[in-house]
Amino acid sequence: MAEKPRLRVPSEAKKGDIIQIKTLMSHPMETGYRKDEAGKPIPREIINSFVCTFNGHEVFRADLEPAISANPYFEFTVKVEDSGTFAFAWVDDNGTVTTAEQSIAVS
Amino acid sequence: MSSLTRRGALMLGAGMTLTLVAVDEGAATPAEADAEIAKFTGGNAAESGKIAIDLPDIAENGNTVPLAIKVDSPMTADDYVSEIRVIGDANPNAGIVRFHLTPMSGRAEAATRIRLGGTGTVTVLAKTSTGKFYAERKEVKVTVGGCGG
Repeated sequence: MAEKPRLRVPSEAKKGDIIQIKTLMSHPMETGYRKDEAGKPIPREIINSFVCTFNGHEVFRADLEPAISANPYFEFTVKVEDSGTFAFAWVDDNGTVTTAEQSIAVS
Repeated sequence: MSSLTRRGALMLGAGMTLTLVAVDEGAATPAEADAEIAKFTGGNAAESGKIAIDLPDIAENGNTVPLAIKVDSPMTADDYVSEIRVIGDANPNAGIVRFHLTPMSGRAEAATRIRLGGTGTVTVLAKTSTGKFYAERKEVKVTVGGCGG
């Protein structure tokens, strides 16, 4: 099981601010095109979906393909009007879901 | 490998594999990339000059190439970029990533790190909530064998 994802979310912001969020998830992003030492294909296993919601509303989503580098990194912006909680979810090909949360105080 | 980060170290091991990809599977052809582009735009004309692509001209390590995208859009509830599609013609699959944005995004921006199997063209497409399509291309030279550091 992967280690804890890393998040960079400001802890506070002013109403109407556009904040930047950065996330880094530890994952090999195995493409399915590589072969092991015996020449057997290594099956694909990637994170195929990343979703960020704020207070339950989807704000950003990515559909990942094998061309996303190992340890998928994303940077995106969100306009915040209220205090609340960002929830993040990474889903891999095996259906493993890794989640993380971070709250922000908006004044 | 000037600044060897934790991530950089992880990449070293995987460095060899892109060459294998190229040998074993070949790359997507420009025609396959074009098909993927047409799938996104539905054959509609795409306007240029609206997307800024930040990608290096030369990528020493094709395993992790920083990509940042900015689309010129008001990002209001009535007019926002809803989808950004990234397509490359030098990987086994033409598709690289797809971003879904909302008016809550505030700005039509996203960044990530991508794999490029060889020198080729990266196409970034955007679709707005008003039904417009934007497109921009960027050529990236990939130095093969970036494994040794």
